[in-house]
Amino acid sequence: MNGIHDMGGMQDMGPVRWEKNEPVFHTPWEGRSFALRLAAGAWRKWNIDASRHQMELIAPADYLRMSYYERWIEGLTELLVKTGLVTREEMDSGKPAPGSPKATPPLTADKVPAVLRAGRPASRDVAVAPRFKAGQRVRARNIHPTGHTRLPRYARGKFGTIHLDHGVYVFPDSNAHFLGEKPQHVYSVRFTARELWGEQAPPHDSVYVDMWDDYLEPA
Amino acid sequence: MATGVAVTAKLSSEHDHDHEHQAVPSDFALRVKALESLLVEKGLVDPAALDALIDTYEHKVGPHNGARVVARAWVDPAYKRRLLADGTNAITEFGYGGQQGEHMVVVENAPKVHNLVVCTLCSCYPWSVLGLPPVWYKSAPYRSRAVIDPRGVLREFGLELPKDVEVRVWDSTAELRYLVLPERPAGSENLTEDELAALVTRDAMVGVAKVALPRSES
Repeated sequence: MNGIHDMGGMQDMGPVRWEKNEPVFHTPWEGRSFALRLAAGAWRKWNIDASRHQMELIAPADYLRMSYYERWIEGLTELLVKTGLVTREEMDSGKPAPGSPKATPPLTADKVPAVLRAGRPASRDVAVAPRFKAGQRVRARNIHPTGHTRLPRYARGKFGTIHLDHGVYVFPDSNAHFLGEKPQHVYSVRFTARELWGEQAPPHDSVYVDMWDDYLEPA
Repeated sequence: MATGVAVTAKLSSEHDHDHEHQAVPSDFALRVKALESLLVEKGLVDPAALDALIDTYEHKVGPHNGARVVARAWVDPAYKRRLLADGTNAITEFGYGGQQGEHMVVVENAPKVHNLVVCTLCSCYPWSVLGLPPVWYKSAPYRSRAVIDPRGVLREFGLELPKDVEVRVWDSTAELRYLVLPERPAGSENLTEDELAALVTRDAMVGVAKVALPRSES
């Protein structure tokens, strides 16, 4: 989706504002938001790609206005309803539906260290042949999927070189929509700054973008 | 306490693109409280687990993890080789890994090479070694400009790179997470590994700063 989230290469967003001694969370509710999403994610009703996509669906003007954790909460609220963990009526009233059974949380405090330590690897140990190899010239496909994609606009149609093959990973474009993991190779692809931004770019600079097989074609 | 307060604010989103009539909710604090209360009442989340998650990222996991990795790489050439060849496994030697550190790549700065990490599409960041990202890393100005004008962004951080230094920007578009191995500062030859680790900043490991000796020792 050519959304506002895909902002690589945009200009005039203002200066980068660095904060001295920045706290991890600026307010208690930011911390609660962060933790709520991780704890609710433990139900495994969605995956990281679906979760990212949900935030991309926030209307552009809102997306730019909202802070990071505001987007988290907005995304989480929608995911909870979409996946049926909470009904729209419950969200609106703030109360569980009368007579609804009480669940048992999958993530309890004692399990937190082990769950964080395990993480959720996106690599898949399946034999999938790579379509490209290190050193090969490639072109990022000029495609504009209307759903979730991790192929940034600024790289589409551009020529690059395979820097290395990271191995086989879940494909976000299908996984975000619960259409299967479609595991395939991910490569680090090097694009020169001049290929991406033209002749005014410094001659030796480059941008490395991680790209799945389905994003690439031979050049 | 907040039971009965609506979680859903009438703001957004994909259902309704009539932006003019939307407003960011005035009080996210209230909304989050209501959501937590609802999810706890429904048995969907354990409030003690929330406390444990917050405590982990406020007090346990942070840039001090990455700093230890960097300091080790500076003093132990064999470790540095392992780190650059297989970041995930080498970082696991410290017990760091898991959530948002499942697949690590370490990129090395050199006198003529400077690396910079960004996530233009969201805010991917190596939590296991750096903790949660600062606001600037997640902000539109950084995400948008780091790829098209990295030198300009670095200048805003006070880092002016000579023309003959090659800038490599790493856009975290997949599940690989990037850590910059900064250059060891000149004059640090006599420092211990722990003393070196104390010099390594979050910013240096994202690539927006260099590691410097404290003024008094330089």
